[in-house]
Amino acid sequence: MLQAPELTPEAIEENRVYQDMGLTDGEFSTIKKILGRLPNFTEIGIFSVMWSEHCSYKTSKPLLKKFPTKAPHVLQGPGEGAGVVDIGDEQAVVFKIESHNHPSAVEPYQGAATGVGGIIRDVFSMGARPIATLNSLRFGNLTNGRVKYLFEEVVHGIAGYGNCVGVPTVGGEIQFDDSYEGNPLVNAMCVGLIDQKDMQKGIASGIGNTVLYVGSKTGRDGIHGATFASEDLTEDSESKRSSVQVGDPFMEKLLIEACLEVIHSDALVGMQDMGAAGLTSSASEMASKAGTGMEMNLDYIPQREENMTAYEMMLSESQERMLLVVKQGREKEIQDVFAKYDLEAVAVGKVTDDKQFRLLHKGEVVTDIPVDALAEDAPVYHKPSKVPRYYEEFQSMTEYLPKVTEHQEILKQLLQQPTIASKAYVYDQYDSMVQANTVHAPGSSAAVVRVRGFDKALAMTTDCNSRYLYLDPETGGKIAVAEAARNIVCSGAKPLALTDGLNFGNPDKPEIFWQMEKSVEGMSEASLALHTPVISGNVSLYNESNGQGIFPTPVVGMVGLHRSVKDITPSFFQENGDLIYIIGETKAEFGGSELQNILEGKYFGKAPAIDLTIEAKRQATLLQAIQDGLVASAHDLAEGGLAVALAESLFAQKQLGCEVTVAGDVTTALFSETQSRFLVSVKQENQLAFEAAVEDTKYIGKVTNSKELIINHHHQSVIKEQVENLSALWKGAIPCLLKSKA
Amino acid sequence: MKFAVVVFPGSNCDRDMYHAVTDALGEEAELVWYQHANLADYDAILLPGGFSYGDYLRSGAIASTSDIVLQLKEQASKGKPVLGVCNGFQILLESGLLPGAMLRNKNLKFMCHHEDLRVVNSHSMFTTAYADDEIISIPIAHGEGNYYCDAETLEKLEKNNQIIFKYENNPNGSVQDIAGIINKEGNVLGMMPHPERAAETLLGSADGLKLFQSIVENWRKAYVTGA
Amino acid sequence: MKKVLIYITLKEGVLDPQGKTVQHSLNTLGYETVREVRVGKYMELLMEDDASIESQVEEMCEKLLANPVIENYTYTIEEVVTL
Repeated sequence: MLQAPELTPEAIEENRVYQDMGLTDGEFSTIKKILGRLPNFTEIGIFSVMWSEHCSYKTSKPLLKKFPTKAPHVLQGPGEGAGVVDIGDEQAVVFKIESHNHPSAVEPYQGAATGVGGIIRDVFSMGARPIATLNSLRFGNLTNGRVKYLFEEVVHGIAGYGNCVGVPTVGGEIQFDDSYEGNPLVNAMCVGLIDQKDMQKGIASGIGNTVLYVGSKTGRDGIHGATFASEDLTEDSESKRSSVQVGDPFMEKLLIEACLEVIHSDALVGMQDMGAAGLTSSASEMASKAGTGMEMNLDYIPQREENMTAYEMMLSESQERMLLVVKQGREKEIQDVFAKYDLEAVAVGKVTDDKQFRLLHKGEVVTDIPVDALAEDAPVYHKPSKVPRYYEEFQSMTEYLPKVTEHQEILKQLLQQPTIASKAYVYDQYDSMVQANTVHAPGSSAAVVRVRGFDKALAMTTDCNSRYLYLDPETGGKIAVAEAARNIVCSGAKPLALTDGLNFGNPDKPEIFWQMEKSVEGMSEASLALHTPVISGNVSLYNESNGQGIFPTPVVGMVGLHRSVKDITPSFFQENGDLIYIIGETKAEFGGSELQNILEGKYFGKAPAIDLTIEAKRQATLLQAIQDGLVASAHDLAEGGLAVALAESLFAQKQLGCEVTVAGDVTTALFSETQSRFLVSVKQENQLAFEAAVEDTKYIGKVTNSKELIINHHHQSVIKEQVENLSALWKGAIPCLLKSKA
Repeated sequence: MKFAVVVFPGSNCDRDMYHAVTDALGEEAELVWYQHANLADYDAILLPGGFSYGDYLRSGAIASTSDIVLQLKEQASKGKPVLGVCNGFQILLESGLLPGAMLRNKNLKFMCHHEDLRVVNSHSMFTTAYADDEIISIPIAHGEGNYYCDAETLEKLEKNNQIIFKYENNPNGSVQDIAGIINKEGNVLGMMPHPERAAETLLGSADGLKLFQSIVENWRKAYVTGA
Repeated sequence: MKKVLIYITLKEGVLDPQGKTVQHSLNTLGYETVREVRVGKYMELLMEDDASIESQVEEMCEKLLANPVIENYTYTIEEVVTL
């Protein structure tokens, strides 16, 4: 194959080629200053990916600093492959969430699949065995043909990859709104378990130590993926399909097993996966973190295609590749472990003492850059921020009060809204049980995975109601964190920490930057109040299509700890005769509600209010009541309010019904989305103890064996329907939408 | 009793199988890498689920060409119990230890949930702890579990009571609702549902445990004097 | 060098759910003349010249590439022209 000769340094400057790679004029002159000369083509490519938002967080860094990241139980905060939290018994839980939005918009199957693969590598590169994944997905409305295609293929991709690598997909959430029509969100979270003594870091220390390359060969796929992820999606994104990587889950499975075997060798110094910006970021970050330099000879890089240039190798985002640093002279021990799995670990370079990132190719030095310039010295921008006009309008509106006469009809409509409807169609395609530790599979408020060999379990969830964030990013940010913690508490676990998947539009627009600022402020405040520090995360900006930004969507992935498996609590009713309570009072709050969506087809007004002191207190009280054995089931009240929560509490059990009585305005009682509320059921013998333990709770009725959902108001039933009928609507909604012609 | 759990590149239910035997059943088990195994050292052989060799080409096809299959055939011919679950079943089919083949599920999707199975034959060495026609809840997790065989083979399976488990509500399109079959000699069982995932009530069902208990009980009767 | 093109299809009489789905989609798109679709696999092997190449290919198909219980195979062999 013949190739056009690479541009000379002078031509790069003259034609401003760096702009096509996403670098500004200012950034280019900084690079010249750092090097004291003009960068060549490979070097400018390396700078462009390392200084992209995806790798450098140059726009979001000032905001991320606001997150509380420390606590005694946090063993590793942001900065490594994933965060690490102590769970006792010398064990720790390792987790992180990451977005793969832009690749998924262009090639949904591979985009989603490689998203799952990448986040799993982040976790096992820390030395942890991946024990669960979750997904937070956003799509446009399922009435659109292209959206249906994206939705089906993203789900196939997650299933295709996750099932094969043998990590159960245990939970997640999916919401549908027009703002995601051209720009779906695919955020994948992975949770791993580790013995604390096995914790690894991605560092290249020890001058003279050897750099090993393991895994798939390097091809031309995904070149400039990191910069691609930092741009708006435009019409010609379709033609960027060459940027999308293809995943090989079988290779990943071999890497998991081999790497987890290698961590027990003291010949291993550091390990990091080649994620975004591939070889460039893994190598330079490992050296930068260790305060060393690195020299690699690109002739040794295993290559899938012929005549690859240094630029192509350094920017390739071929999947399933790891970079290891091992003690000099002990390479063979490590190579033997990989050989068992038919994997070749190739020596490609060594750790140096001059803090330079130096690359050789065909006998020439093709790159010589101070390593810190790449990983540490990326520019940081303080973008202008401006309150959007829509927000001021929403805040000045009088409270939105919907008029509903047919409550039963509305409940049926709510249950069929795709955001509320059963996601069984999706999660049935995921292997949620492999590893045989899944106690609560998808469909529960939080997934629960027991820790084998110990009397404890881990609860995990992802949450983010972006409608509230659109109306009011600060309040919505608080709610996102609080809701995740509520789900963890309902399952009977104590929330430990969170990982954030921040998805926003174009930060160059001051109104979008304002959304980012306020969301982060809200989330930070809630993280502090609920004692759930931020231990890892990911930022995905420029989520826009055709000029429209997505709703601000900072997804919260949270993990909690059950101190005993006895504390694991279901989210649905258990037995005939159990007493039903609501914790927390209900106000008329419908801004951003599912009911507003049904009645008005849009969202406006104020988001529901949240008081974090009350939230924290209620969560603590409920958790204590659960730990004291007083609670039979617990469910948080979210989209669709009480009526939907009651229905959902009945769908898992074929034989049960319930009869409850509500007071006050009936529409508010049934459908308001007031925050900090829970629906719990309690065995009769625990009635007194429960009522004494939990304040601001109200008894509303009983679980029955009538197989009917009955809600009374002023001695009349406002809702009376067979659970079976409601369940059929709830289960059938998404398959039905997918079958209907677009 | 000592079980071998054979691990191929891409197996992913190997540890689950191991723990079902050691933790839930209380017997001895070892994970054996496919290249290093000496299957003669074990009393029973378990082929776990997963995606051996990525299930590239066809599920189980590449694993069935590896040398260990020769050992497996030899041990099976001696009457040793062999259980293949999910990908393990597919390997047994591809290697000819059991008749038939697997097609993609009729809805073309991977599916994972509990299914009710009917114990059609409770007289095999794998099912004596069950009653005939007992309904048990066992998880399935597969994309290619649509069992196929021609009419002649099916007739033989039925005549020899080789059909062990049938789905109550056929999820994948299998011929005659077949979920698990044994060989003519009765010591090789292949099944798509995962009994090792149904060995503890904490995880939703312990109905699979009796399968392992049956193996142990019948092995003791046959080989342990005085048992 | 020879390039071997191998086509593997499901046997007559074996249900092909993938083919049925593709046929249905084509019909829905308005291609109503499509009466049946069978989906198969296609593989390319680059092999050294050898007198027994045909018997080798058949053996590979029988042993691994196709499952004779459900699949048929056909193949063609092309000369590879190197520049």
